[in-house]
Amino acid sequence: MAESKRLESTPASGEINRRAFFAKIGLGSLAIAAAGTAGFAYQYLSPNVLYEPSPIVNLGKPEDFALDSVTMDPNAAIYLVHIAEGFFALSAICTHLGCLTAWNQELGMIKCPCHGSEFTRTGVKIAGPAPKPLPWLKTWVSDEGELMVDRSTDIHPLQFLRI
Amino acid sequence: MPGKIDKILEQVEQSRVWRSIFRSGRGTSTLHNALAIQQSVFLHLFSTKVRKRMLSFSSTWYLGTLTLGTFFILIVTGVLLMLYYHPSVPQAYADMKDLQFVVSSGLFLRNLHRWSAQAMVFLVFAHMFKVFYRGAYRAPREFNWVIGVVLLLITLLLSYTGYLLPWDQLAYWAITVGSNISAAVPLVGSKIHFLLLGGNQVDANALLRFYVLHCLILPLAALLFVAVHFWRIRKDGGLYVHQSEPKKAGAVDETELVKEVQ
Repeated sequence: MAESKRLESTPASGEINRRAFFAKIGLGSLAIAAAGTAGFAYQYLSPNVLYEPSPIVNLGKPEDFALDSVTMDPNAAIYLVHIAEGFFALSAICTHLGCLTAWNQELGMIKCPCHGSEFTRTGVKIAGPAPKPLPWLKTWVSDEGELMVDRSTDIHPLQFLRI
Repeated sequence: MPGKIDKILEQVEQSRVWRSIFRSGRGTSTLHNALAIQQSVFLHLFSTKVRKRMLSFSSTWYLGTLTLGTFFILIVTGVLLMLYYHPSVPQAYADMKDLQFVVSSGLFLRNLHRWSAQAMVFLVFAHMFKVFYRGAYRAPREFNWVIGVVLLLITLLLSYTGYLLPWDQLAYWAITVGSNISAAVPLVGSKIHFLLLGGNQVDANALLRFYVLHCLILPLAALLFVAVHFWRIRKDGGLYVHQSEPKKAGAVDETELVKEVQ
């Protein structure tokens, strides 16, 4: 009796017995369920609708921005710069850790209050821990002749908007 | 009169109700004392016997116990603060100010919560330094050190998530900066940042997420790991005692005398 039982439970090499087979099926289905749960959790935790302000900002008439001026819109966190080459918009969010930078008229540079990064008015880093220059943002003139900036779209630097 | 009180106490302790709750029964024998620890759901995590030297101030400075004390203060004051605080953008800051200036004892409870939080972080670090410099992290206690590191991280995350809740300028920019650090993780950084804030910027979703983490998820995780931490003390042979004195010839080894019930 004991002999036959042992024969039953020790399969030949390469085969698996019924118990191991069901254990594998059980573990496999648990793994699939765990993967599904992880995917479900990830989707649930990522909001599909955000009630955040629109990335597109209307800055008004271009005439309001004098030549050689840097104008900050603190709510939109952008700079609108008007120099001889034309207009351009710059993100005011420091590329280091996301603080709001500020334009310093006396020094003629953009400075971050958090960790001391400094940028020129074209966004090039002069000093500090910021790893990247301030990004240039997509800028155009609407049909109504107003300056529009899309904060979610970066463009290559030195693409001036000429009006 | 004292005799009478003793007699009443004895009757209570021998009553069926008392015995149904506390099963160890009356008595001061070693067995009774051991059972009193072993049969309590809260105390059974601990050893039924400890060496006196383990409980001396110099061996631990009671830093772990003090950390637990601040944690309990934080739970009690935190639950009370929750009764007046709404984790929503229009109300959060005003509720915090109400707690300071309008609610009776609100200022006391808020300050107690804040100071205890600072003290807990300090005590956790002090506890770790004490354990490290005594060498109490070594085998067989390595895994309890690892659990301790997890508890340190939970403590810091509790501090960090609580930082946002006053919803003032300091909180807003601290969380803006701090959450941007998570965006530096390779490949999945921006995803982690998005999940943590529930959006692209520190806004209503971020406030609610940090509130749930601060008031529910992280404290539960802390309690779970604290329970394992204490249970491991017993399983790893009790609190660490420094064996500094050389054994005298013929003297009985102290550790042989007291065998703990494990």
